[in-house]
Amino acid sequence: MSRTVRTVAGLAGVAVLASACSLSGGDSGGSSASPDQKTPTVTLVTHDSFAAPQDVLDAFQRQSGIKLKILKSGDAGALTNKLVLTKGSPIGDVAYGVDNTFASRALSEGVFQPYTSPEADRGPQRYSVDPQHRLSAVDLGDVCVNIDPAYFASKGLPEPKSYDDLADPKYKDLTVAESPATASPGLAFLLGTVAKYGEDGWKGYWQKLKDNGLKTVSGWEEAYTKDFSGSSGKGPRPIVVSYASSPAAEVGEDGKPRTKALLDTCFRQVEYAGVLTNGKQIPQAQKVVDFLLSQQFQTTVAANMYVYPARQGVELPAGWATAAPLPQAPATMPADKVQAGREKWIGEWRSLMGA
Amino acid sequence: MALAHGRVIPARTVGLTLLGLLPVAFLVVFFAWPVVAIVGRGFSAGGVDTVLGDPQTWRLAGFTLASAAASTVVAVVAGLPVAYLLARVRLPGVGLARTIVLVPFVLPTVVVGLAFRAIWPDGGVLPLVLANAFFNVAVVARTVAGLWAHLDPRATEAARALGASPWRAFRSVTLPALGPAVASAAAVVFLFCATSFGVVLILGGGSYRTLETEIYLRTVDLLDLSGAAALSLIQFAAVVAALVLGAMARRKRENAVKLRSAQVTARRPRGGEWWTVGAAVVVLGLLLTPIVSLLLESVSGSDGWSLAGYRALNTVGQNDALQVSGWIAAQNSLAAATDATLLAMAVGLIASVVLVALRRSPGGLARGMGETMDVALMLPLGVSAVTVGFGYLVTLDALPGDLRTSPLLVPFAQALVIMPLVVRMILPVLRAVDIRLRQAAATLGASPARVWREIDFPLVARSVVAAAGFGYVVALGEFGATSFLARPDAPTLPVAIATLISRPGELNNQMAYASCALLMMVTVVAVALIDRFGSVRGRSTVGEF
Repeated sequence: MSRTVRTVAGLAGVAVLASACSLSGGDSGGSSASPDQKTPTVTLVTHDSFAAPQDVLDAFQRQSGIKLKILKSGDAGALTNKLVLTKGSPIGDVAYGVDNTFASRALSEGVFQPYTSPEADRGPQRYSVDPQHRLSAVDLGDVCVNIDPAYFASKGLPEPKSYDDLADPKYKDLTVAESPATASPGLAFLLGTVAKYGEDGWKGYWQKLKDNGLKTVSGWEEAYTKDFSGSSGKGPRPIVVSYASSPAAEVGEDGKPRTKALLDTCFRQVEYAGVLTNGKQIPQAQKVVDFLLSQQFQTTVAANMYVYPARQGVELPAGWATAAPLPQAPATMPADKVQAGREKWIGEWRSLMGA
Repeated sequence: MALAHGRVIPARTVGLTLLGLLPVAFLVVFFAWPVVAIVGRGFSAGGVDTVLGDPQTWRLAGFTLASAAASTVVAVVAGLPVAYLLARVRLPGVGLARTIVLVPFVLPTVVVGLAFRAIWPDGGVLPLVLANAFFNVAVVARTVAGLWAHLDPRATEAARALGASPWRAFRSVTLPALGPAVASAAAVVFLFCATSFGVVLILGGGSYRTLETEIYLRTVDLLDLSGAAALSLIQFAAVVAALVLGAMARRKRENAVKLRSAQVTARRPRGGEWWTVGAAVVVLGLLLTPIVSLLLESVSGSDGWSLAGYRALNTVGQNDALQVSGWIAAQNSLAAATDATLLAMAVGLIASVVLVALRRSPGGLARGMGETMDVALMLPLGVSAVTVGFGYLVTLDALPGDLRTSPLLVPFAQALVIMPLVVRMILPVLRAVDIRLRQAAATLGASPARVWREIDFPLVARSVVAAAGFGYVVALGEFGATSFLARPDAPTLPVAIATLISRPGELNNQMAYASCALLMMVTVVAVALIDRFGSVRGRSTVGEF
């Protein structure tokens, strides 16, 4: 091939590549709905785990005349901190995803303003953290120890059931957990042990876990997909810190879950929504809170985000009753107690575990 | 300008300064201002001195620098034989090697971290160092090859004729000539390693922490801005030191070696040279290991082989994990990378032209400005993405249109990452343009713009294309800044991969790995096109930093 031909061919290739992009480049994020000038756009700031079916979001837009723009911002902690940093000039109008481990920080910094949603009396108020109703509970999820029953069956070992079992030499070198410093399930698990063994006793329990060969990793991805034997990664350890709902995603060909959550080892995380102080569209933002608490949205949260709806009487996806039942007596901790102890406990955990 | 004080400043310098203001303005608005604002908040909160006085802080800094240095050494040692292969060897398959070596550069860190985790389940320092080196072998191989291909082989031959062993000839003739390129590449690799985040988190397992992960932790999880500010200061100082060292090494190149056209220098290896080729093949094999393991993961299911992950690219994943399908995410990546590349090229080209002109200026002031600007342009590579991202939150609302939540911000942030690379690739070539050609044109009455159009541009056009291509590839794989800014309805492929991998469910896992494979394929096609187009009769000019 002559050089000119090759140059032309190369140019054409680059041009095709470039035009393919620019065609979709204009408003690559544009939603399918027609951009009506009069439709107010309300920005919902949320965490990375947010997921909802597009048709439900579109239906909300049709019913309310409000176009919802969703802005994801890290995990619950990152989201809270971004909201605190920008409270004078918020990046949205309404936020969803601040949980009970971070709620106190957001409330004491004045990130949210009072709003009592008419939908809140259908269940969410059970999880209220604040008499002014600056935050409304949207969903709850439990962080629990998950196990791989097939492993225990094959070894002829009884399945572990409790926190204490994890420290039992029978289960030496079988557990993997996330660091509370870098992963939210890790923090919830730590808080669960503080709730169970008390502020004086939790360190002794963790010392036993450490002596019993507990492995800690920095994130849920490594723990669950690389170390845990019950997931598709088929790692070496049959016990992992994950969520009560995780088994719902591990359903085999026979329709039965391959993993199991230990319901006596759970710590409850409640996620809240609220109207942002200094937001520009207060009434519309309130409508979005109503939407998040509505039957319509609440029916989507289980299948899409693996959490349980805060609203009462919302049907769960088929199979959840067996694969992912809601723990009856999870550990909890008041938000202000979490706020007061979080940093200290994480620091003590780090020096204890040498991490 | 204002510094004139009675001296006559040539009009040309004034014009250059004005032109130079464009890239400077871009850097100030999208980099310096946000970074200064967020670090400033940390300072006003107080307590910075406490953190600086904490021995723990300095252990952290020590580990960061030591592990980054170790990764840099590994990358250089692994990169040199590959550079030899790319530059000096005429064998079938060398073109393929040139493409393969770039693939690690775009892979999402979380996925590579997991791939290394499969080999070293307990993490630790060794996999951490190796993983950081894995990403950066390309930088060394392609940078050094860029110069090596043009080195005059006759000096080595003379040394051999005088009785030097091949190793001795390499050590005393070739290596010193390659020195500036090696140092320059090492500085860039060091920057990437010292600020790498995801790899340290996954493979360090929380026990091994670096300045970067600690800045992230304190900013994002603890909102301890003063602690983050203190650590940012240390990181900043280390980065500037690395840049200055790199710049000093690069300066040597300008009066260093005799260059020859590349095609005379490549030939079939003979004798002991086969050992070097063998070493290069081993390195390539090692680079391919994680890549192949990712490909295997993408076709593995719980019951054997499965293409479910690839089929799922058409969907939004198990239980609507994504808001768009994998293909749309790929399109978003292409679109954002295109915009970022155009932006970075515009800014980078102007910056390079101004830098070269400043260097050529007779005045010491102008040269000093050039040197400073050169280092300043590289800084975005060395400052934590979380610092820039959080800086955006507290500053950009002051601009019209509140860019903080605009989808436009993704290409801006990506451009910030690739612009320094663009400058590093265009600058050496631009600087090498024979000044006598330009003087002749000027004597014949050509205006400065005409000189640029008729002399400089045709000579650097290939490097410009190559830089654009390389920048495009880096933008495709960019995750740190993009993950802060991408909207959920418009994720790029790396962001989609990170989302998928953080969800339970086998299909999401498979789809994440299939998306990785897709990202690799897009990269390989883009690189192949660019190499073809940017090459002089099969010899690439791509990758000279």
